Amino acid sequence: MKVKEVVEALNLKVFSGYDGLSNTITGGYTSDLLSDVMGNAPPGAIWITLQTHVNVMAVATLKDLSAVVLVKGLEPEANTIQQSNNEGIPILGTNLQAFEISGLLYNLLNTK
Amino acid sequence: MHFEYRVQGGDFVRAGQASSQVKKILKQLNVASQIIKRIVVALYEGEVNIVAHAFQGKIYVDIETDKVRVVLDDVGPGIPDIEMAMRPGFSTASPIVREMGFGAGMGLPNIKENTDKMKISSVVGVGTRLEFVVNLKE
Repeated sequence: MKVKEVVEALNLKVFSGYDGLSNTITGGYTSDLLSDVMGNAPPGAIWITLQTHVNVMAVATLKDLSAVVLVKGLEPEANTIQQSNNEGIPILGTNLQAFEISGLLYNLLNTK
Repeated sequence: MHFEYRVQGGDFVRAGQASSQVKKILKQLNVASQIIKRIVVALYEGEVNIVAHAFQGKIYVDIETDKVRVVLDDVGPGIPDIEMAMRPGFSTASPIVREMGFGAGMGLPNIKENTDKMKISSVVGVGTRLEFVVNLKE
């Protein structure tokens, strides 16, 4: 499933990284601990988190993740946006909390 | 091939840049993606450790035909009890660093898991040296 299809299906906001909207999502990972994501997120995963600082993009890039979803209406910091645009990994947003958006994404990714 | 990178303690904005450059080099050299992933996880954790705990450090990367050898040398507080530091969940990171999602005590275990050889030596009040090797062939 493409990032843009998920954006449309779950009405997510796109903050940055528009070049990566056609990235393929191969799974998901929900965590706010960067080392947990480094160690355990599968490549191509969409990452659900409340972290908004630029190190999120370092992890997303190094792990070849497909996109990042910020929960609870949080917004990325300016240098996070810049890095997202440079790397073509979209930062998305939702007003839902992590449990809710994870559940919706889980269902969506597993029915297609 | 030999590469060196400088890492500044406390500079979280640049944390991961050395790892990112090494990843690009390994890709250009057509190293298997599964191997690149392991090296990158270990290197990033080591780089972040310097940023989070030390004043400054240097990373030396040697790419040989059959393995990649990495040395991370820092000037910093050192580790009083390495066995304790290796324990999953143990961390001395500051509350601010933890709020950023670092300092969960998973860094060194991640490095161990993703490398074929790992060695830490440290002198309290002087600094820490982390060395690891990842084999390029199964």
